[in-house]
Amino acid sequence: MATMSATAAGDPVATFERHYAEVTTQRRRRSLLFWAIFLVVLGVAIDVSTFFPERLAEGLPKIGGYLYDTLPVLRPEHLFADVETEGSLAYWYFNLPKYAGLLFTTINMALFSTLLGAIGALLLCFAASRNLAPNWWIFTISRRFLEFCRAVPEIVFALIFVYAFGIGPAAGVLAIAIHSAGALGKLFSEVNENVDHGALDGVRAAGGNWFEEMRYGVLPQVWPNFLSYIWMRLEINIRASSIIGFVGGGGIGQELHYVISFNYYEEVSAIVILIVLTVTCTDLISERLRHRAIGRENLV
Amino acid sequence: MSTAGLGDDAVHARFPELFDDRLGTRVKRWAPWLIGIAYVVFCIWLFDLSLAKLITGLDRMWIVVRSMIVWNDFWTWDFAGIFNGLFETLAMAFMGTLIASILAVPLGFLAAANVVRVGLFRHAVRRVLDVLRGVDQLIWALMYVRAVGLGPLAGVLAIVTSDTGTLAKVYSEAVENVDKKQLDGVRATGAGTLQLYRFGALPQITPVFLSLSLYFFESNTRSATILGIVGAGGIGLQLSERMRANLWDQTAFIILLILITVALIDHLSRLIRERFIGRRSL
Repeated sequence: MATMSATAAGDPVATFERHYAEVTTQRRRRSLLFWAIFLVVLGVAIDVSTFFPERLAEGLPKIGGYLYDTLPVLRPEHLFADVETEGSLAYWYFNLPKYAGLLFTTINMALFSTLLGAIGALLLCFAASRNLAPNWWIFTISRRFLEFCRAVPEIVFALIFVYAFGIGPAAGVLAIAIHSAGALGKLFSEVNENVDHGALDGVRAAGGNWFEEMRYGVLPQVWPNFLSYIWMRLEINIRASSIIGFVGGGGIGQELHYVISFNYYEEVSAIVILIVLTVTCTDLISERLRHRAIGRENLV
Repeated sequence: MSTAGLGDDAVHARFPELFDDRLGTRVKRWAPWLIGIAYVVFCIWLFDLSLAKLITGLDRMWIVVRSMIVWNDFWTWDFAGIFNGLFETLAMAFMGTLIASILAVPLGFLAAANVVRVGLFRHAVRRVLDVLRGVDQLIWALMYVRAVGLGPLAGVLAIVTSDTGTLAKVYSEAVENVDKKQLDGVRATGAGTLQLYRFGALPQITPVFLSLSLYFFESNTRSATILGIVGAGGIGLQLSERMRANLWDQTAFIILLILITVALIDHLSRLIRERFIGRRSL
């Protein structure tokens, strides 16, 4: 301010120029500092993650070779021949019945764990909403519990459950269910916090207790939102249940882990393609359903 | 409210559906529950969730939880290894996000409808991105570990592969959403094509790109913690090693450490986004 008033009587252009120069230097200094920090972080990151050019030059061709090896040998003249002929689709997918069964398990794992997770979230979400919880203790405990369930990756839960319940889909289902309960519970309680309190007051005025308030006052308002979140979660869980088998959680992931570990190259591509198809199909179906639901809402 | 003064018969007359106890209606009312229960029973059979299994499992869970709470020989733990792993995870997330962001810029432009007018080419690029994105990061990691060996390099490459697909897709959406008016304004001052992009499009795109990349760095720190479980370096390797050795106290410590780190990164990246990019672009 002092410089401003001193030069106010002088040349305004000079004042502007000086001010402009000041701002520019400040800016330049700041971006210099930013780039310096960035370069230091980059150097450390390269060193720690061993991302060196020579390793990369050595590794990338290997990855290309590996991916090439997983591709099946298909001969156009035998493409639709039987399982015995090398180069046919049937030869590539000779294990299809097994894969189909595993895919069926995987999809059911996703469905069942979403169901369990939704029930868990539904039971806890009212207590974990700031405006609905009966008291502060119940709110904090249930909120922190849900946050914990959400923050720990499902694959870590799966590792623990595989120790406790043994290898198989049971461990995977429980792991995904707990993680889903945390993720859904948080979303649910956020919906609950925006609820209209009129209906709640009505239920209370009619003599309802806390549970009846939640059931008849809150649930009818939030249920459509809950359903759409559950549906979203199902999509995520189909992906999750296809990889939870890597640590012994059952489903097609367990088979994929097996064929990758034992270098059954052609089976790797066969299973990966099946997984990608399943995930894409669920995405497409759910997109169509969503469009239909939105369309109906717009009409009403 | 209006039914308050009515007798039973009048209530019946007004809300017939509530008192309709014909067989068909009752079946319709209970059918969803029956199907649900049948499905649960089917799943219990399919996943072999027998009561005996649950009880022995809960017994073993109790052992795990107990030894997670009681920390034995705390000062003899391999802290160098643990913190090194954590550091490695952050480095993997950083490198992965950085390289994916760089690769995604040209791909994002190639997949944008207002840049590439040739539909066939654009769709080809998009399908490739779909495949990169459709295969889970953990599957890429598992394959890369077989190809380039155990260690963080496989993890970085896995993050790069799947994130290039996702980032290029969201980048292309950002490019498609560029405001035309700003371009027109720059063109009106007599700018050439290059200047048009530099002063008309870039200032709109850069903050969005940066904030998306920061967001992905956040989510990559989460996912990089588990890449080590399949051997791709980072804290996940330390975690799964200790779990397989049933060292549950150290497991609990590492899980806590991961949770704290992820929360810190979330907080930091939110600060950076708000400070340098502004809330607008979020």
